[in-house]
Amino acid sequence: MTGNISGGVQFGYLVAAICFILALKGLSAPKTARYGNWAGAAGAALAVILTLATGHLHHLWVILVAIVVGAVLGVPAATRVKMTAMPQLVALFNGVGGGAAALVALVEFLRVAGDSSAISIADQTATVFTVLVGSVSFAGSMITFAKLQELMTTRPVVLPAGRWLSIGAFVAAIALAVADVPARDTGVLVGLGVVSLGLGLLFVLPVGGADVPIVISLLNAFTGLTVAASGYVLNNTLLIVAGTLVGASGTILTRLMAAAMGRPITGILFGAFRAKAAGPAAASENRPVRSGTPEDIAILLGYARKVIIVPGYGLAVAQGQHTIRELADLLGARGVKVAYGIHAVAGRMPGHMNVLLAEANVPYESLLEMDEANLELSSADVALVVGANDVVNPAARTTPGAPIYGMPIINVDSAAAVVFCKRSLRPGFAGIENELLYDSKTTLLFGDAKDSLGKVVAAVKAL
Amino acid sequence: MGTATGGVGLLTIFVLSVFVGFEVVSKVSSTLHTPLMSGANAIHGVVLVGAILITGAASGPVQLTLGVIAIVLGTVNMVGGFVVTDRMLGMFSGRRPGGEGK
Repeated sequence: MTGNISGGVQFGYLVAAICFILALKGLSAPKTARYGNWAGAAGAALAVILTLATGHLHHLWVILVAIVVGAVLGVPAATRVKMTAMPQLVALFNGVGGGAAALVALVEFLRVAGDSSAISIADQTATVFTVLVGSVSFAGSMITFAKLQELMTTRPVVLPAGRWLSIGAFVAAIALAVADVPARDTGVLVGLGVVSLGLGLLFVLPVGGADVPIVISLLNAFTGLTVAASGYVLNNTLLIVAGTLVGASGTILTRLMAAAMGRPITGILFGAFRAKAAGPAAASENRPVRSGTPEDIAILLGYARKVIIVPGYGLAVAQGQHTIRELADLLGARGVKVAYGIHAVAGRMPGHMNVLLAEANVPYESLLEMDEANLELSSADVALVVGANDVVNPAARTTPGAPIYGMPIINVDSAAAVVFCKRSLRPGFAGIENELLYDSKTTLLFGDAKDSLGKVVAAVKAL
Repeated sequence: MGTATGGVGLLTIFVLSVFVGFEVVSKVSSTLHTPLMSGANAIHGVVLVGAILITGAASGPVQLTLGVIAIVLGTVNMVGGFVVTDRMLGMFSGRRPGGEGK
């Protein structure tokens, strides 16, 4: 349908495609990241304006209104969302993109099926691919959104016979897809969409909370490929280039992220089926722990020589980044050496903690990556863990079969003393008990991270 | 729809794009994983272009309705994606002296 796009528009699409490549390149380095994003936005705006201006479109007003509606929904969500909720917003945006691509392929199919039977095998293959993968991405992203928003449990959900259900849905989806390539039947295509939605659900449900960021990245790559396939259906080079760029770079990014967690991707996706109920999750409710008052903690910190702070999602939830900075400054003024140990996947997204602490103007030099932090910890007097759990859980080293086993962690247990600032004894996002909480060198400070750190700050001032 | 020769041409574009996509992000510090993911997410919002084209050629209420939904979803993906990525990166730049992070 769009084969008669003029040379001028094609050239505009080429410029947009170059913008997208520069965007990804720019986003890969800290100095250029923001410019990269702007380049991407400029490319996208150019492509949309060109399409609107030259597409010989019917229903132009309807289209413009729909764009305004989308912008009115999307922009406030993006500007008002709290830092802590950004991952689920990205998941949501990714899902709707996948859904949009599936719809594009479906409508194009309906349109062409109405006036001719001249759909080539290649076009129909691209159509079924778009509907299948787009629907998986949409449903999967919605589940990751629900998990991160804590609308549902963050633990792996293993349905009875879930594995067989998943395999069944997968086989059904493939069968429908293959059947519809020669059949070109609307009913089969819609059925494929429905089955694929179910497949997306079953695919993400068993993934444990801590692995959700990697799944978002994977679904992001899926959506990219879906957009590329929809571009094939529409004979539109820009969609092919943009979608493929995202698909390819997203695949690499997913691998990098999985490597940062020390886990193979297959283990993340299928781990819940294999290592079911790993670890001694129950039966430890009534064990004694040592909890301290803010004054105890202040003394412990105020008279230490070296303190390593390990932040996690709890700090982000409590918005305690400014308080922790104040505490670090106070301790620094007392001659205590303070540094932050940043786990790459602490929080809900890789790099979450860097963003959070940057917001509180924590100097970049005091942020230690995991390996550095582990070196420093062996000579540290106190490790102060604020709202983190899974990334410091020794079960990753000691308990084969635990869902996080093999993930590199920050070894806070090698410090002379450990302070946990936690809301409760509840296990972390991955749902695994942390033995370190019951260790004799551990002191717990219960409460919201911001409140309790505020009290510690007051107590340190009073020392 | 893609003709046979058009099809091979499109396939060529696809394959070359795969290599560019691989190359362009092969080295990224873990700090930037999330903004990069978010930015890439916004880029595939360009599916909006496809949604506009099919809606512009739609006939009948079913196609039009589905097309409009696709436009709304695509716009949310694209516009929201770039804005949220910019906000994330804005927080990084707040670290610069004199820079004012929002």
